[in-house]
Amino acid sequence: MAGWAFLLLAAATVFAYALNRRAADALREDGRRLHSLPGFHGGYAALLVLVPGFLFLCLWLVFQSAFINRSVMAGLPPGTLDGLDSGAVQLLQSEIISISRGQVFGTPEPWKLEAATRMSEMRSTAGWVMIALLALIALGAILYARSRVSAAFRARQGFERIVHGIMVACSVVAILTTFGIVASLLFESLQFFRMVPVNEFLFGLNWEPQIPIRADQVAGTGAFGWVPVFVGTLVITVIALFVSVPIGLFSAIYLNEFASDRFRAFAKPVLEILAGVPTVVYGFFAVLVVAPALRNAGAEVGLPISPNTALAAGSVMAIMLIPFISSFSDDALGAVPQSLRDGSLALGATRSETVLKVLFPAAIPGIVGGILLAVSRAIGETMIVVMAAGLIATLTINPLDSVTTVTVQIVTLLIGDTSFDNPKTLAAFALGLMLFLVTLGINVLALRIVRKYRELYD
Amino acid sequence: MTDISTGTAQDWNAPEVRSNLRRRHRGERWLRGIGLAAILTAFAVLVILLGSLTASGYKAFSQTFITLDVPVSADRVKPDRIAAANWRGVMQDAVAAMFPDATDAERKVLAAIPSSVAQFAVRDRVLADPALIGQTVTVSVPVSDPFDQLHKGLIDRATPEENRRLKDAEIAAFDRLVEAGKVALRPNWALVTSADSRFPELAGLRGALIGSFYALLTCFVISFPIGIGAAIYLEEFAPKNRLSDLIEININNLAAVPSVVFGLLGLAVFLGWFGLPRSAPFVGGLVLALMTLPTIIIATRAALKAVPPSIREAALGIGASRQQVVFQHVLPLAMPGILTGTIIGLAQALGETAPLLLIGMNAFITAAPATPFDAATALPTQIFIWADSPERGFVSRTSAAILVLLGFLILMNGLAIFLRNRFERRW
Repeated sequence: MAGWAFLLLAAATVFAYALNRRAADALREDGRRLHSLPGFHGGYAALLVLVPGFLFLCLWLVFQSAFINRSVMAGLPPGTLDGLDSGAVQLLQSEIISISRGQVFGTPEPWKLEAATRMSEMRSTAGWVMIALLALIALGAILYARSRVSAAFRARQGFERIVHGIMVACSVVAILTTFGIVASLLFESLQFFRMVPVNEFLFGLNWEPQIPIRADQVAGTGAFGWVPVFVGTLVITVIALFVSVPIGLFSAIYLNEFASDRFRAFAKPVLEILAGVPTVVYGFFAVLVVAPALRNAGAEVGLPISPNTALAAGSVMAIMLIPFISSFSDDALGAVPQSLRDGSLALGATRSETVLKVLFPAAIPGIVGGILLAVSRAIGETMIVVMAAGLIATLTINPLDSVTTVTVQIVTLLIGDTSFDNPKTLAAFALGLMLFLVTLGINVLALRIVRKYRELYD
Repeated sequence: MTDISTGTAQDWNAPEVRSNLRRRHRGERWLRGIGLAAILTAFAVLVILLGSLTASGYKAFSQTFITLDVPVSADRVKPDRIAAANWRGVMQDAVAAMFPDATDAERKVLAAIPSSVAQFAVRDRVLADPALIGQTVTVSVPVSDPFDQLHKGLIDRATPEENRRLKDAEIAAFDRLVEAGKVALRPNWALVTSADSRFPELAGLRGALIGSFYALLTCFVISFPIGIGAAIYLEEFAPKNRLSDLIEININNLAAVPSVVFGLLGLAVFLGWFGLPRSAPFVGGLVLALMTLPTIIIATRAALKAVPPSIREAALGIGASRQQVVFQHVLPLAMPGILTGTIIGLAQALGETAPLLLIGMNAFITAAPATPFDAATALPTQIFIWADSPERGFVSRTSAAILVLLGFLILMNGLAIFLRNRFERRW
């Protein structure tokens, strides 16, 4: 049905364009001097149909299924939903939906079949109503646009005003996205903090989210203190930086100061390949190669290394960060004015002395900015740690132990069973909120440092 | 030159000066060496990464097949109840016919060698052509995973029996089949033509490939026009005011928001508030579109900025409106740069995993999606699922899936580089 609606909209748009363009052409053939080219008359009509029609369809489709589901669930025989928690209600709803789509498993109760029939009836009615309303909107727009065609009508201005509006709307999407992120995180986190006090979350030293979801499950009592989770994130981040900062920085120095042009032309794309490898690949690499290698090495020297050691996740994350740090340092070193370099060399300093004593100090703000961005990336990195780090939050800073991270907890809490009314699920949103705030703070700081430094030499 | 430095001039050949110089040159060599070592480390890591994935992945591009002559006896299969016949028994007959001298225990082992699909393959043949009842059907089916591993040399025969996944009897039975010439290694087309399965020998990427395609399509259809619209507005029309600044800061920050947070957004807003279907590539595409948007906007702005002002001035000078200038002159010239940035953004989106996990694209689904609204997996989430599977056969399949994913990424980035080199103009 939606496909037909979009087809109808496209046809109406083309029709509106042709109608107005012909009308304008006819005026012109009568010898009238038009203010705007006939194409603009057509374009004005087309946009007048397209924009409202498209908005209408999108809104309708977004809210249609939610509305139908809700009214079908409300119309169930009284008492069916008594005693069901939200997860069970969701399960029931999706069962009814799948029955209404013709996927019947076993023999459902008659009231379910009845609800499913009502659902598919409502769906087809809603489809027809949608098409009728769309036709009405399109017809109104076509008639209005047609009535505007005249020699004096400023169709180009009208057309450009609509296009301008569309472009503003496009840019506002970015704001809406941020708003959506903040709203969804805050909304769910507030629900979480209604169940678990903020203090307990921020300062608690225990993280055991495995609480029973159903009454008959055996599980822990639940503790939601994010400190060990965050410490684990920091441990992995520190390991990653410890490895990647020297490698990235020295690569950048070598590429910038010592490498021949040919080597540079070869090395930069190779580093970019490292940056383009998806993180799920790094995660598998950590599990397949790095963790076993570390464990064997540990066994050789008699060190007990946990299978999910933070070292494995951290060092693989370092690989991911190397190109990031190296390209930022490269930019920062390259942005130091040539005069500083020339001056130092002219005074007799060697290249290495120039790099270490002149260029590096001058480039430090840019490099620090880049490292900060790398930190925020390491904190927010998900797949590597989901695959290679542990699940249990232990409050430790020993890199050989298994630690967990904020992102790991978010993913494990939300994979599978998600009903939005128990602290286990909502805790993921609280963690997400903290993650968002921490990375946002670091990013803002880093961008400010980088910008300030750029202004210094511009 | 020499007569300029007279009297108290520095003696450049004094021993302390020379040793000082030597020390300084040594420092120079050190820094150069450390730098080279650092960059070579990065190269080595890349080589190890690709090498280990290829080494474990290439074996999954072939699959051991076994050729079976299956006698479809009229006792076992009744023409009116073909689907409900005892197909397992039919397969056991086939094994018995192949090795008339085998004991019952051996037959049981032999019957486990073909993958469990074998009986369905025979059944489907007979269903399609009931005249086959009473005749012998020859099928070529994958062997089950442990034997596949054995044939590829991934199971060490020297391991003590109790630590091995295949017992001596099983290996002996398999060797008999090999000697009889019934076993062959063939290209594993099922890897791309069939969907996911619990059995490694049957699992393929078809569902994931189609899911990723739908997700990327959605992502492109949404983020490309919106990104270009936003970039044109910000670069060419936006007045310098608070709103424009706010939008700009927003875009820069969005580019650095962790991907898992976008997943939370998708889960709460698209699934929770809008009630869109779980695990659907369309929803994945929506989330990826929001993530790709900043990349496209930033690339488009850079491409627009690179078009020289003389073009704009010339167009304005002959009476074009500002929008005509942008849409008819600047935008076409900037298009190669925009497309390059878009393809790179889409390549990033193709490898993105975490947000797709949160909206449920890691479900176990054995059918390829027919529309973007059906439940599906995507390539990276399929990799994640397989990496988590305990069966040994999935290790090489995960690597193979990664190689497929990397192949697509190389293809997309190659296309972007081609576009850049072929069409981008330097002014």
